Amino acid sequence: MTYFPEEVVEHIFSFLPGQHDRNTVSLVCKVWYEIERLSRRTVFVGNCYAVRPERVVLRFPNMRALTVKGKPHFADFNLVPPDWGGYAAPWIEAAARGCVGLEELRMKRMVVTDESLELLAKTFPRFRALILISCEGFSTDGLAAIASHCKLLRELDLQENEVEDRGPRWLSCFPDSCTSLVSLNFACIKGEVNAGSLERLVARSPNLRSLRLNRSVPVDTLSKILMRTPNLEDLGTGNLADDFQTESYIRLALAFDKCKMLRSLSGFWDASPFCLPFIYPVCAQLTGLNLSYAPTLDSSDLTKMISHCVKLQRLWVLDCIADKGLQVVASSCKDLQELRVFPSDFYIAGYSPVTEEGLVAISLGCQKLSSLLYFCHQMTNAALITIAKNCPNFTRFRLCILEPGKPDAMTNQPLDEGFGAIVRECKGLRRLSISGLLTDKVFMYIGTYAKELEMLSIAFAGDSDAGMMHVMKGCKNLRKLEIRDSPFGDAALLENVAKYETMRSLWMSSCNVTEKGCQVLASKMPMLNVEVINELDENNEMDENHGGLPKVDKLYVYRTTAGGRDDAPNFVKIL
Amino acid sequence: MSPPLELDYIGLSPPAAATDDLKGTELRLGLPGSESPERRVAAAAATTLELLPTKGAKRGFSDEVPSPPPAAAAGKGKKVAEEEEDKKVTATPQPAAKAQVVGWPPIRSYRKNTMATNQLKSSKEDADAKQGQGFLYVKVSMDGAPYLRKVDLKTYKNYKDLSTALEKMFIGFTTGKDALSENRKDGEYVLTFEDKDGDWMLVGDVPWEMFADSCRRLRIMKGSDAIGLAPRAVEKSKNRN
Repeated sequence: MTYFPEEVVEHIFSFLPGQHDRNTVSLVCKVWYEIERLSRRTVFVGNCYAVRPERVVLRFPNMRALTVKGKPHFADFNLVPPDWGGYAAPWIEAAARGCVGLEELRMKRMVVTDESLELLAKTFPRFRALILISCEGFSTDGLAAIASHCKLLRELDLQENEVEDRGPRWLSCFPDSCTSLVSLNFACIKGEVNAGSLERLVARSPNLRSLRLNRSVPVDTLSKILMRTPNLEDLGTGNLADDFQTESYIRLALAFDKCKMLRSLSGFWDASPFCLPFIYPVCAQLTGLNLSYAPTLDSSDLTKMISHCVKLQRLWVLDCIADKGLQVVASSCKDLQELRVFPSDFYIAGYSPVTEEGLVAISLGCQKLSSLLYFCHQMTNAALITIAKNCPNFTRFRLCILEPGKPDAMTNQPLDEGFGAIVRECKGLRRLSISGLLTDKVFMYIGTYAKELEMLSIAFAGDSDAGMMHVMKGCKNLRKLEIRDSPFGDAALLENVAKYETMRSLWMSSCNVTEKGCQVLASKMPMLNVEVINELDENNEMDENHGGLPKVDKLYVYRTTAGGRDDAPNFVKIL
Repeated sequence: MSPPLELDYIGLSPPAAATDDLKGTELRLGLPGSESPERRVAAAAATTLELLPTKGAKRGFSDEVPSPPPAAAAGKGKKVAEEEEDKKVTATPQPAAKAQVVGWPPIRSYRKNTMATNQLKSSKEDADAKQGQGFLYVKVSMDGAPYLRKVDLKTYKNYKDLSTALEKMFIGFTTGKDALSENRKDGEYVLTFEDKDGDWMLVGDVPWEMFADSCRRLRIMKGSDAIGLAPRAVEKSKNRN
């Protein structure tokens, strides 16, 4: 191919669907490497510590869109101590030095500061999309900087971030000349916003397709906004608490009626059941519905609404919907592809209105189901086997039985057979979270059948090292393995050390791994960072364990080209 | 038949569906020098009890004596049960609602915190709301009203806040009259609640915290129905008749 002009090769590369393929063509020869790197527009960094930001910017100086992910997944559940790391600043600074054409930045589980946001806003003249998911460390002042300086801003999408509220000023910082907004999501902002500013901003954003308001925005503001956005496709409502003003809700119904393009609805903060009937007319066109922040709606409220949503593909709901509500979902939503049922009660020894029966009903009615997250208090093997047979198309299956180690509710047996059926039937399974009472047998099944599995989450499961070994041996496509409170030790950790280089990361907390095992791993595999995270003091004499060595509290292992990181706090030891 | 794996929880107040699990009432204490709960979670799935989120160095209290080396063999459940037998010691009692396993259930802190915050934005003061179940929605019915409402008891700090909120909520149903309290003074309406035992009680007798812990639902009763609950109210309505 050396006789093809570079532009032709570059053009051919532009058809490659993803980063993975572009990485592959880069390896063919130096010429291709050069052509590819200079033409790559989208860069995805799954672990911010796997590579130095400077190196990324040097290699891909013409990138337009950058995605970086920071903390490990279990950070979502407070298992990663604060100040562990995942700082956005080095990335933004490196891009500011070497890649000023940057247009889009996506970050997940990272620590972002206001200073970084300001640098971002002022450095990149064509910047147009900022998406922050589960991030922290910034305030509404940082958002003000973005609003003020990003003249071409199209997307500001803040999902579930911890944002310090410094007042409503930020929204008013969008200049009058800013008319380019396509997507604005500030649902996670805790404070109030100025209704007038919001209405004016929406009025001058003719391209707005996605708008997610926060809890402070009242019904009347929502109505006024919707009257201006007939092309809106995705809406996160503001506050829908009942204030006994029927006129408000009639106005809302009229406004919804204008939104013929609306496909996705979320928010429902403090929603009163009284307001739902005014939304029914829009339900028939919805493909996405998130009611998981509306604990005030009970099973009959929810089912009445959902029974209208015949085109629904994605549903997030609280377990108040109950088994009988899920039966209504099963009979109404034949196109359902993704279902998430969250607990309204976080007690471990509590009671859920949803059980295995609800899930079986869903599996019978919604044969297209491919993605599931289900919290419940009980499950049975029989149910899981039935579900597996009914829905062989699962790509993501996450089941969380709230009581750790709980067995089959009918037979008291471990749930090995149930999950075994899932991995056997669902040949395309890429993500799996298991729970309940589980022995090494379930891991044998997973290792044998889950050939496409990329991410596995294990908690309070297994009997011995053999469990983890099954997974490490059998799951050829495994990228992320996270384990907590399971009896896997050094033998399991060290059984297949080469595999870690084919994976993004391994997390083990409250397992039986010792520091010695970690040291052995680190010495055998210099391309890995072996992070031992111990928040506690050095005195672990009380612990008996293998070889009398202290057990490691938390272990995070990841492949890297960057060597040990220099921003680690003192409770992190990098071996 | 109890499940093979017994997990010891301190003072989790079991809702109605809980079994004959007396573990919830056990009191446990850590020995001097023993580690924080998190560290000692044994592989065999023993629970750790943590009163505060894993943010700072401060632990709620130490409870478990560290467990012996986890055996690879023979039934996790049995092992843990044995450990539980060996390790019990008495402890200072902690409030029921606070105990939980660190980072479990696997729910994003954002979701936990959001469910805990309330409209009145007083979540900063209420550390309780951030741990475990941060809201406590109970149904409120009012005699004669066409539909029920739900309130989050965690958003109120005392009876006055609750009654003010209820007044606002049900004002549409007390035609012409300003306040529920007015009616209540006249004995026309009485605020009652159903407690954990299923008994209907008058609101206001016990300290607020105790009430909030045991209240399952609220009912705004007509005074004439409130016989035996509110002597004064009943007397007044009797007098009116």
